[in-house]
Amino acid sequence: MGTFILYKTILASCILILSLLVAMYSTLIERKVAGFFQDRLGPDRAGPWGLFQPLADGIKLFFKEEFMPNTADKFLYILGPSLTMLIALLTSAAIPWASNLVINGKEFPMQVADINIGILYIFAIVSIGVYGIMIGGWASNNKYALLGAIRASSQMISYELAMSLAIVSVVMMTGSLSLKDIVEQQHGFNWNVWYQPGAFLIFLICAFAECNRSPFDLPECETELVGGYHTEYSSMKLGFYLFSEYINMFISGAVMATLFFGGYNFPFMDKLALSPNVMAAIGFCVLFAKITVLGFVFMWVRWTLPRFRYDQLMRLGWKGLIPLAILNVVITGIVILIK
Amino acid sequence: MQLISDRSRVVSNKKMSFWEKIYLPAVLNGMRITFSHLFRKKATIRYPEKTREFAEIYRGQHVLKRDDEGRERCTACGLCAVACPAEAITMIAEERKPGEEMLYREEKYASVYEINMLRCIFCGLCEEACPKEAIFLTKRIVASDYERDGFIYGKDKLLEPPEPGKRIDISKRETKAVLEFKKDKTKRHNQ
Repeated sequence: MGTFILYKTILASCILILSLLVAMYSTLIERKVAGFFQDRLGPDRAGPWGLFQPLADGIKLFFKEEFMPNTADKFLYILGPSLTMLIALLTSAAIPWASNLVINGKEFPMQVADINIGILYIFAIVSIGVYGIMIGGWASNNKYALLGAIRASSQMISYELAMSLAIVSVVMMTGSLSLKDIVEQQHGFNWNVWYQPGAFLIFLICAFAECNRSPFDLPECETELVGGYHTEYSSMKLGFYLFSEYINMFISGAVMATLFFGGYNFPFMDKLALSPNVMAAIGFCVLFAKITVLGFVFMWVRWTLPRFRYDQLMRLGWKGLIPLAILNVVITGIVILIK
Repeated sequence: MQLISDRSRVVSNKKMSFWEKIYLPAVLNGMRITFSHLFRKKATIRYPEKTREFAEIYRGQHVLKRDDEGRERCTACGLCAVACPAEAITMIAEERKPGEEMLYREEKYASVYEINMLRCIFCGLCEEACPKEAIFLTKRIVASDYERDGFIYGKDKLLEPPEPGKRIDISKRETKAVLEFKKDKTKRHNQ
């Protein structure tokens, strides 16, 4: 029991640090990628290739003046960013990061919690995520923040539906809600994306909306709402909001890699007769590479597509993606029945 | 109707086809275009390490020239100040004392010569007006400053150093007629 708790604590802290580090460097990569897409170089002054840029940004955010509007609801104002950050970090618990480690003949799963309803857990946590934004926007007592919060909540609620429906077809194929089972069924090159490309596309579009990423970044669009829900935030509270956005991006990349791209599985993995620990290490690297590619797609889309109008966003969600997702579920059901 | 250019297009209200309606091909095409930009040559010039090349006739910060013996050429005639459309130049003339022949070329010189760099429009009319080849515009950039006072350049900043090695080259800005004229050593100006 003692080793179990110790192991889980170590694993959880490793994943925590990993997601924070990745979020930190995503900001740099985002700016670099943005620069390259626009024929610029991006930040390259702080350290070699701008490697210390996130550090400099972080220090800057820490030393900024902490400003709270007089009319703000103090408790909720602080609760907003804390909740967003907390929820962004909670999601990573159910993701299987690699196959089992074997130490002294004992198997250690590289997953903080192998819940048998892993997908439901992730969806439950993600849907709480909207509260952080809503509370923050509401507590600021600012019209722009409130508008941003309203947009965020309605957008996230509408896109969650299509997202879950897209997953339903995957779950129907797998017959399990546990992420571990879903990953193990995609052994080798038997990835879900080959069977469910439609579901993947719907999930991807919804993931953009859930992370408030362009082209669905209406809750924080600078051109209309100053800064959206975080207009009144400054210093590290703002940092938390911005940071959690990148953590969300990382986690949704991980979820997508797990559900559709075989998680830590890679082609010809059976031909390599390696010890389970080495396999776990390679598996983790493979998963990380997949997440990186998906993260790049997030950025790629951001610098390609213009922002949706609010009514277009709602129409795409309710009239486009949800019917398509239901259709996908029906077709999957028929195919499973015939087989 | 007569069209002025061939760039006008008639607006069409045709219904979008199925592929256009789902937007995905257009989105993918857009992504292809942005992706191709990843590998393009970057427009960035890493400034402090690399500087852009100036045009041959770039007009930047002024220089007050000295002659070959290191004497100030300016005689404070005030033609530059008159020519200046921005009224950026002011000067105070002074008579040369005996024993100062080493310092000033003519009997009269400018004891104060100031150019307000905030007013100056770098048109180059002052160098055109100057009969003594005393003022020229160079390729140097006027440095930025926090205070307005810092932009009023006096003789301390405008005069070129007398040492031969540190002279500021303005040969690119001398017109052909001037260069021709300078060859004529019988003129007092060229002595």
